Amino acid sequence: MASAPLLSVRDLRVGFVTEGGRLQAVDGVSFDLAPGEVLAIVGESGSGKSVIAQTIIGLTRSPNSRIDGSVQLRGAELIDADDAELRKVRGEQIGMVFQDPMTSFNPVYKIGWQIVEAIRAHRRDIGDKEAGEIAVEMLDSVGIPNPARRVDDYPHEFSGGMRQRAMIAMALALEPDLLIADEPTTALDVTVQAQILALLERLNRDRGLATILITHDLGVVAEVADRVLVMYAGRVVEQGTLDEIFYDPQHPYTWGLLGSLTRMDRERPKRLPQISGAPPSLQSLPQGCSFRPRCPHEFGRCSELPALDARLSETPAHLDRCWLSPEQKCELRQVEGEIGLEAPAR
Amino acid sequence: MARFILRRLVGMVAVLFAVSVLTFLIFNVIPNSDPAQRMAGKQATPELVASITKEWGFDDSLPQQYVTMMRKVFSGDLISYEGRENVDEKIVEGIPETFSLCIGAAVIWLFFGILFGYLSAVRAGGWLDKTLTVIAVTGISMPVFWLAAIFLNYLTYKTEIFPSGGYVEFTTEPIEWANHLILPWITLAILYAGFYSRVLRSSMLDVMGEDYVRTARAKGLSEQRVMSRHVMRNSLIPIVTLFGLDFGALLGGAILIEGIFSLEGIGQYAYEALKNTDLPPIMAIVLFGAFFVVLFNALVDIAYAYLDPRIRLGASANG
Repeated sequence: MASAPLLSVRDLRVGFVTEGGRLQAVDGVSFDLAPGEVLAIVGESGSGKSVIAQTIIGLTRSPNSRIDGSVQLRGAELIDADDAELRKVRGEQIGMVFQDPMTSFNPVYKIGWQIVEAIRAHRRDIGDKEAGEIAVEMLDSVGIPNPARRVDDYPHEFSGGMRQRAMIAMALALEPDLLIADEPTTALDVTVQAQILALLERLNRDRGLATILITHDLGVVAEVADRVLVMYAGRVVEQGTLDEIFYDPQHPYTWGLLGSLTRMDRERPKRLPQISGAPPSLQSLPQGCSFRPRCPHEFGRCSELPALDARLSETPAHLDRCWLSPEQKCELRQVEGEIGLEAPAR
Repeated sequence: MARFILRRLVGMVAVLFAVSVLTFLIFNVIPNSDPAQRMAGKQATPELVASITKEWGFDDSLPQQYVTMMRKVFSGDLISYEGRENVDEKIVEGIPETFSLCIGAAVIWLFFGILFGYLSAVRAGGWLDKTLTVIAVTGISMPVFWLAAIFLNYLTYKTEIFPSGGYVEFTTEPIEWANHLILPWITLAILYAGFYSRVLRSSMLDVMGEDYVRTARAKGLSEQRVMSRHVMRNSLIPIVTLFGLDFGALLGGAILIEGIFSLEGIGQYAYEALKNTDLPPIMAIVLFGAFFVVLFNALVDIAYAYLDPRIRLGASANG
């Protein structure tokens, strides 16, 4: 962490009041993001990863939500920023791309109009005509062919991949330093996924664009991330560099995620490995480690919540929440010669 | 567009034909509807009835009678059985009163329906929403005839703030015109305004949950712009649909309101014609009303295409 972080999240907690009671969607998440860094936040549905993304730009604010902790963008606090300050951050300093490009554009306005609107919301000094030219440029830069013509198309005239490109173009129209991409490839075909990831990687390389990539797909992570945050039931269970997470994973949940990856370079398994059980309900989390009910390696101490600590002396930035000793982990994570999570003993 | 208009015109002719045939047939099967008998009066001699039957062509075949009647409707020669007046002229006389009533009421109900619906949706769950909900549901629940009676009692007979009804030409005295119409306008508008505000509220709440509204916020748009540009326009489709149907139907005559507030409009004429089982005016008014229903449905489709570019006129499943 040589340079000052671009984004610093400290002990972020987001709770919602629902009809079924209070639930803690995000429970004490902290991380830093350096300029130009790509951070992947990985987890299954309900792990709180999208809530983090939306909370950073204040989209989870509501009378039914309770947000604590700190989110600082270049030292400026966003959690208690007022609406006007937050609006300045949105779009201008942090661009956001959402999961479903089919529904994320307003169907009744032209793509170009929507990009121009994003520009003009922040830059009253840029005229409509000039903003239109920027829109064409942006569409061109994300690889949309014939942008001068496509700028006047409606969203339904774009394919899914094209819409996601246009979405990225809109998010980057004001040259923010940070892009938050919330499952940007989940709704797309695999070939289009690869194109979008390549685009994100190019933007990161060419513009030094820092990116938070939210995904449930470790395959996507492997493509682009510098650092990875693995989330489970609202908490970070493991955090480290891409290599640390992929080659020396410390948390059984991470093993499970890695073990369930399908790999083209391996023989095709008879049945895809999976993590047995289902994620816990956020309204009734198990005591101690949340992953305990699904973990085959559970033992007595797991009823006590492990802290997110560095448990390996040689990699102090590699954090995890598991009571097993590093030696035990090295042994237990080997399933048929690969990293994986064995099926429960029962 | 030309194709759309052509298809709508063909559709309109078909609807008007079907409606007129039905009206004609119903009239001919209901009991005690022999117009010659009625026109001859209570102490009619068979000779008189026979001569009327012959004179008015009631002994022609039904298709023949139908064709004759339709020709007269469209040439302006239709004479009513009861008052022997020219039906088309009578309808034209009623147009200013009915249209003044309907257009004025529509302006009021659209304004308040959309305003209340918008405020309710934006403040959903808050006290303003709850207050407006009570007001809207109260408005929907009050029967028009009861509301009219209450207004007349308190605002006309007891306090004499407004006239009890009647009609003053807009061209001669525009202020008196409005003064006479205020009570009927409000009475008619309250029901629709309440209903429209509920529909708009729920439609807006649906749209506010859409992904593109979140995108709009993420772009840094002001809440007001998110609402006006991204939520409102996409929420208006159900309102446009309702308005096309309601307004088109009302132009064919607001029978209750016209009766209560002594407006000599088309609704009032329809009421008299129905009371007397007088086919010519019934037929002409039914066609007149059906015409506006069909016309406004076509306008609604044009409005859809404007509101949502995914809807294209003329590109239907079969066209």
